[in-house]
Amino acid sequence: MSDIRDVIIIGSGPAGLTAAIYTARANMAPLVIEGEPSSTSDQPGGQLMLTTEVENFPGFPEGIMGPELMMHFRAQASRFGAEFITQKATKVDFNQRPFMVEVGDVSYKAHTVIISTGAQSLMLGLPNEDRLIGHGLSTCATCDGFFFKDQEIAVVGGGDSAVEEATFLTRFASKVYLVHRRDELRASKIMQERALNNSKIEILWNKKVTEIHGDEKLSGVLLEDTVSGEENALPVTGLFIAIGHQPNTSLFANQLDLKDNGYLVTEPNSSKTQVAGVFACGDVQDDYYRQAITAAGSGCMAAIDAERWLEENND
Amino acid sequence: MAEGITDLDMSSFDEAISASDKPVLVDFWAEWCGPCKMIAPILEEIAAEEDSIQIAKVNVDDSPDLARRYEIMSIPALIVFENGEPAKKLIGAKPKGALLEEIGEFL
Repeated sequence: MSDIRDVIIIGSGPAGLTAAIYTARANMAPLVIEGEPSSTSDQPGGQLMLTTEVENFPGFPEGIMGPELMMHFRAQASRFGAEFITQKATKVDFNQRPFMVEVGDVSYKAHTVIISTGAQSLMLGLPNEDRLIGHGLSTCATCDGFFFKDQEIAVVGGGDSAVEEATFLTRFASKVYLVHRRDELRASKIMQERALNNSKIEILWNKKVTEIHGDEKLSGVLLEDTVSGEENALPVTGLFIAIGHQPNTSLFANQLDLKDNGYLVTEPNSSKTQVAGVFACGDVQDDYYRQAITAAGSGCMAAIDAERWLEENND
Repeated sequence: MAEGITDLDMSSFDEAISASDKPVLVDFWAEWCGPCKMIAPILEEIAAEEDSIQIAKVNVDDSPDLARRYEIMSIPALIVFENGEPAKKLIGAKPKGALLEEIGEFL
């Protein structure tokens, strides 16, 4: 039947688009359900769409802008015939064969599915948070840093993305407080050194944000010392949140095994999930490396796994 | 650039907004903003499909004064001007359907 596809790829970050390039070149005519525009990392192109300079992706000795890199990935997949739907998958059914993936009212069928829905940024979950997004509270430092010229702002978090954002934001802000709930950073050594040597960054150790203040615009936050319990107000006009990620797995919760932290389970050294013919790659199944290059590598694995599975199960 | 989308800056903005007899949707954007790039083709489609609204763009790098005047703190930011005055402000990239719904009252 012609309306059954060889492969549907859900998600379009480095993993999904690498899987698209490989499956397209293997004449599998992939359909990529790439997601929909948003100002969070849950969007076509994934988390790199919100980063500036990517310095560690091999092949770009001078670095490359995150969005530009993802445009290249997508163009390369397109060139070999990958098809794109710029919407989110709304339902999947892996209990029937061929598998079914729904996008709104339209349902698509395929012999194999590659899941590469990635992970998205966690929010603090505090009152006023949603209301002040775009009014001083930001989920995208590269989008919004520009508007905080000569102002004092804060970044919450202690990992690579928090430290990278804090460093980036010193281009604009007069002072960047890095609010971290522990007494050491999780970020890589090179990122830590950049932050520690940057005179505009002040790290506030053992602090967590407990309240966000502001009517029309953000006016400040309340910090609590995680050791002493002491509270103090920090008047800032901008707050950038980079406290980690959660995998985008809610679509698959009842059909595939998830780890305790919500990430998809794959077989060791493989992209196979527990449903034969369904493969997962990239951050949605990786809570350890979480790099663009490892995501791309696992996308290639998923494409090859899907191609071989199709060959072996060709009836 | 698609037909029907005008680039505005400090020198052309006020006249273009006040002279229009239709609502004007202004997209505040910048080259370095990934989500802005994602919604650019959506705005081009809306410009081609909807006669009842005019679409314009302001590059915030080139026109920081306009960004300040309208208190832009996050892009993409879309402001609908009606009779020369801001009538609605939308922040953040959205899919086409959601965007059309938000600006439905002006179409």
